[in-house]
Amino acid sequence: MDSHSIIGTKNKKGQVFTDPHHLFFEAPRIPSFFTGSEVIKEAIRRASVDLMVAYPITPQSEAAALIGELYAEGYVTDYMRGENEFGVMSECAGGSFGGARVFTTTAGPGTMRAMENFPMWSGARLPIEMIVTCRGINSPLSIQPDTLEIYFLLETGMLVWHAETAQDFYDWILMGFIVAEQPDVHLPIAICCDGFFVTHTKDVVNLTPVDMCLPPYDPYRSPVPCMDMECPPVRMMRDPFVMKSNYISYATHASWQQEIRAAIERSRKHTIPMIGGLIESENTDAEILIVSSGTAVSQGREAIRLLEDEGLRVGLVKVKSLRPWPYHEIREATKHAKHIFVPEFNVAGWMAREIKATIPDSDRVIAGPHVAGGMTMPPEVIVEHIQRSLGKSVATLAGRGS
Amino acid sequence: MIKRRINIRMSGLGGQGVVTSAHVMAMAASKDNRQAISNPFFGAEKRMAPAEAYVRIGVERIYDRGELVYPEVIEVFHPQVITQGKSYTMPFYSGIKRGGLVIINSNMELLTEEDKQRLIDLEVAVYYVNATEMALEIAGTELSTNMGMIGSVAGITKCVSMEALDLALQDRFGKKYVASGGTATLDQAITKKFAKKELLLAKNLAVVKKAYEVGAEWAEKNQVELTVARV
Repeated sequence: MDSHSIIGTKNKKGQVFTDPHHLFFEAPRIPSFFTGSEVIKEAIRRASVDLMVAYPITPQSEAAALIGELYAEGYVTDYMRGENEFGVMSECAGGSFGGARVFTTTAGPGTMRAMENFPMWSGARLPIEMIVTCRGINSPLSIQPDTLEIYFLLETGMLVWHAETAQDFYDWILMGFIVAEQPDVHLPIAICCDGFFVTHTKDVVNLTPVDMCLPPYDPYRSPVPCMDMECPPVRMMRDPFVMKSNYISYATHASWQQEIRAAIERSRKHTIPMIGGLIESENTDAEILIVSSGTAVSQGREAIRLLEDEGLRVGLVKVKSLRPWPYHEIREATKHAKHIFVPEFNVAGWMAREIKATIPDSDRVIAGPHVAGGMTMPPEVIVEHIQRSLGKSVATLAGRGS
Repeated sequence: MIKRRINIRMSGLGGQGVVTSAHVMAMAASKDNRQAISNPFFGAEKRMAPAEAYVRIGVERIYDRGELVYPEVIEVFHPQVITQGKSYTMPFYSGIKRGGLVIINSNMELLTEEDKQRLIDLEVAVYYVNATEMALEIAGTELSTNMGMIGSVAGITKCVSMEALDLALQDRFGKKYVASGGTATLDQAITKKFAKKELLLAKNLAVVKKAYEVGAEWAEKNQVELTVARV
């Protein structure tokens, strides 16, 4: 029998369907100076997306509008505007059940409003990609990048990655589809970044060629039959086991939920070569480490420069993937550290909790500094926090109004 | 003083093009092969509300994001930033680094004796420029005030070149640009002021150039030598 590959053929916009490995690691890169929102657009231009569902909420509105432009240009097959975020995520589910590659963007209160859908997506094994441009979910109102919403996503059964820069974001938007759609993974993926600090910041990003795109999603590689009412997950919705308490309902719930968590773990073997490991680390032989994810890593890098000027050597661990959680990687990277600082853009300190639950001698973890409502964390504040915790005398920073 | 990085805080009011100024500056610095980052910080997008944007320009990779708490340069786009406290920091120069620079768009003195003394203690140079008047004279619209502010900081610190600013302006206004609804409306407003896009570019560039020259002259006369290293 002849076998036909779509690789090397062209889509209607003249883009060549390109082997993902070639696209990510071998194709030339073009340096461009863009905002994060423009970077999201350029990634989706190359992602062979069938359906995008949009709803406005700062700070993702620009990106959602820019993808509307892509639809007008013919790069995205269909573009729908939802009634609210709950409706958006439900429409995404419908599109994905129907076999489409589905993409959406949300932020803060939108993520919270849509929350019911996320464990449903993963239970239904829908490989939807969702961009989360983090924003405060609290009152008093904030549009700035508080990362608390990520904490709510961690046990939804989704893959969760947290980008530090627009470059991470560009690469991971494309790579995320490929990992999420593997037959032995086949789960929704949340690719998070800190709103404004990434979306509204202009930075240099190396883009893949505009005439190359990802091969399309193949729904027949799904581990569960598409829209089959006799098999999980769909039949469960028509005849819910939740109504029953018998052997088969116990077994089905337990095995299916464990299977979703096992699928998250199985994604490691695809993710690690793709994004270069679940963590990235520098100078982990230092006694002091800064461990975090997202923009907090960037602020940590600047703090490390300032501390170096004062003769203090500090190492760094950037956590890229939150689900799967890099359990062994973090234990290994932190084994020499005496003091582990975890700066976070939320007051809950969820990253510090996760790390404490991972490593031996967890009293080495010093949570903070924290900023609330997505306010800025100047590197000087991290420096002061570290020096104070180590018992060094510090000149108090010039405060507001001084 | 040659710095490895210059951090610029632009404080103004919604509608003045503060965010656009920061983007144009960063684009220009990038064209000069320096490292640059720009980002805005604002609440609800409305005219006359406080708006800030930040540009960081340097010779090594810049990671720092968000509000600029400890800047080398502060630009005040509108007198109300000072007179009505339309600023995220009070006083508006809070956090400025020793040896820094303050650029104020105003035709009259706005600082109190106390402010002046504190800035002198910090060896901060203060430069007044009448950017709005310059914009009205050269471009025929006060909407080009931000161009005067871009030219001033570039002329004094040479953190971006005139050639790069020219290219950056063409990038920003020469082609279709999609941003928020507020920004799109303002883009339309400025476009309507000129018969042709080329005229818009030429007039705005003329404002930048004039402010650059006046600023450069002032810096030389007053021996203000704050600048950023070449790559």
